[in-house]
Amino acid sequence: MSVTAKTSVVNLTTEEFVHPGNRACSGCGLSILYRIGLKALGRNCIFVVPPSCLTVMQGLYPIAASQMPILNGTFASTAAIATGVRAAMKRRGKKTQVVAWAGDGGTADIGIQALSGALERNEDIIYICYDNEAYMNTGVQRSGTTPQGGLTTTTPYSGKKENSKNLPAIVAAHNPAYVATCSASYPLDFHDKLLKAKEISGLKYLHVQTPCPPGWGCDERMTIKIGKAAIDCGLFDLYEIEEGVKTLSEPSQKLLNKDKMGSLQNYLDMQTRFKALTAEQIAAMQERIDKKWDAYRREFAAQ
Amino acid sequence: MSEKLIDSGNNAAAMAVQLAAAEVIAAYPITPQTPLTEKLSEVIAAGKMDAEYVAVESEHSALAVCIGAASAGVRAFTATSSNGLLYMSEQLHWAAGSRLPLVMCVVNRGIGAPWSVWNDHQDAMSQRDTGWIQIFAKDHQEIVDMTLKAFRLAELVHIPVMVNYDGYYLSHTYMPFELPEAKAVQEFLPPYDYTHTLDPEKPESLNTVTLPDSRNDIKGIKRPGYMDIRHNLHQEMRQAMELWEEIDADYAQRFGRGGTPILDPYRCEDADFVVVAMGSIANQFHVVVDRLREEEGLKVGVLALQIYRPFPTAKIAAALQNAKGVMVYEKGLSYGNQGALYADLKSALYPYANRPHLHNFIVGLGGRDIPTEDLFQTLKTACLSGDQNAPEQADTPQWIGLQL
Repeated sequence: MSVTAKTSVVNLTTEEFVHPGNRACSGCGLSILYRIGLKALGRNCIFVVPPSCLTVMQGLYPIAASQMPILNGTFASTAAIATGVRAAMKRRGKKTQVVAWAGDGGTADIGIQALSGALERNEDIIYICYDNEAYMNTGVQRSGTTPQGGLTTTTPYSGKKENSKNLPAIVAAHNPAYVATCSASYPLDFHDKLLKAKEISGLKYLHVQTPCPPGWGCDERMTIKIGKAAIDCGLFDLYEIEEGVKTLSEPSQKLLNKDKMGSLQNYLDMQTRFKALTAEQIAAMQERIDKKWDAYRREFAAQ
Repeated sequence: MSEKLIDSGNNAAAMAVQLAAAEVIAAYPITPQTPLTEKLSEVIAAGKMDAEYVAVESEHSALAVCIGAASAGVRAFTATSSNGLLYMSEQLHWAAGSRLPLVMCVVNRGIGAPWSVWNDHQDAMSQRDTGWIQIFAKDHQEIVDMTLKAFRLAELVHIPVMVNYDGYYLSHTYMPFELPEAKAVQEFLPPYDYTHTLDPEKPESLNTVTLPDSRNDIKGIKRPGYMDIRHNLHQEMRQAMELWEEIDADYAQRFGRGGTPILDPYRCEDADFVVVAMGSIANQFHVVVDRLREEEGLKVGVLALQIYRPFPTAKIAAALQNAKGVMVYEKGLSYGNQGALYADLKSALYPYANRPHLHNFIVGLGGRDIPTEDLFQTLKTACLSGDQNAPEQADTPQWIGLQL
């Protein structure tokens, strides 16, 4: 029922697809994903990128840290631009993989219409959303995926009032070829899910929780630990949906055993963005996590 | 052999796009453009046209698909009207800034609010500063010819071209026109080879963040800053005027039609008074001019402006040097000021000592009927009034056919 990363640090390609030195902040979760993700995608790819941290990471004209063809486009149209590139590849008889790579703002908020259109048309593209749970590139403003209670510059003092939207579920409701959730803290899981996505035709969507030290309020060395803590406590779960069938990925799978559930408080305490949460809010959060995992346990009990 | 047809303006445009061998077409239906979109999807589905038709979920995405396709080296086309064009506005700037050779038909329609599905030019005029070349067709034959020439121009100067034609007046009326032979069009418009395209074997980052100042690349070669890139767009759009004439001359040699790519005069040689207008209304003025000459003895002509951006500043100023009066009739305006065409024309004439009197008329907004008799009367009055009005009054646009 699960996919275990087949790739390890031992057999991961040593070829690098990003030049050393880019403009990401130190401790950036996205830069891990970009480096490792490209190893899975290989060179026969074209990237489409809206305004995001990934725009900045490419470097400033005429010097680029990237080694790939990248088309930077307008914020709201990533999936539509990728559609156009895909159509062009079809016309030219090329199998080149088209990869749209956007943040949570560019995907869940301003870009959701174009994404929904591309999903409905089942465009043959890979769409990666690196979700750092706020508009980090503009300096930490709330997004549709900012968790309830999260402090941002536009949800100051008491944090965001509303719940975050469940974007992978919204995507999955379109019944695309492949949906997967990933974490920057499990880059090899991301790597191998990309390997799988490359072999599937139709729209492949990967939603990647991406810790952001300056945005989440933590030390730069904490990126991996925080992402793992989010999964350990059951708040964020790693799964795949193939042809409508959902399977939990290894790091989340163990939580089917209730005793393995980690501490939510531990995850929250690692970041200053959650310091405004009240005890009631944390209890409500825990209740939502427990309900979700009770449902998972019922769902996967038979398997 | 070319083919003689009687069909709608939208179908004429669709046939031209088919002849131009656009490979990726993305569009979102909007009145009065819809039949053009339907026709293209029909010919592609029927296997009569070898292209990808992408039925997108919005105009913003329609142009996005074209931007993606053209950036990857494929000829792309879209079409829209009115609010659809405005919804694309961000992408219009992006396509021009990316120097993509796109062609788009804009079937001109009034803008909401309130909703109107009928014709005026406010949609195109409001997008005049996006960096697109804007041309205006007066009849079905020009829709065909201009669309074909537009692809050639766009690919020569790497600037997108907007082919405008009037909603309903042209889009839904049936008129005779000649369709060139496919093989001859292929020779006129060969497949385009892109210099900077998305190619894994020659990777480039396109449209990356560009600094205010120029900067050396890793080989030490100085590369332009944002302002330099924008300056190049402006300069090359100005140069496009001459290339547009050359393309027209080549087209005329091959297909026997052309000769007036920038300004199309009717009875202007000896004219004391010249009407300046864009689109089908310029043709409507032919009969008005004939009547004024015959019945009133007034030497009147019409100068149709075929290309609005780049603005043919010197050419239009030269063409109007001998006129006593110039009357600009337009279907749109810059609210709180004047007609945009009028203001541009006035600006073009300013450096010349010999400036004609100017009159500005706003007509046909949101499809308000334009009776030829109204054109006759207002033009006649303007010709006879001379320069009697105080400067500010003379400079104030007159609205024709108001029903207040």
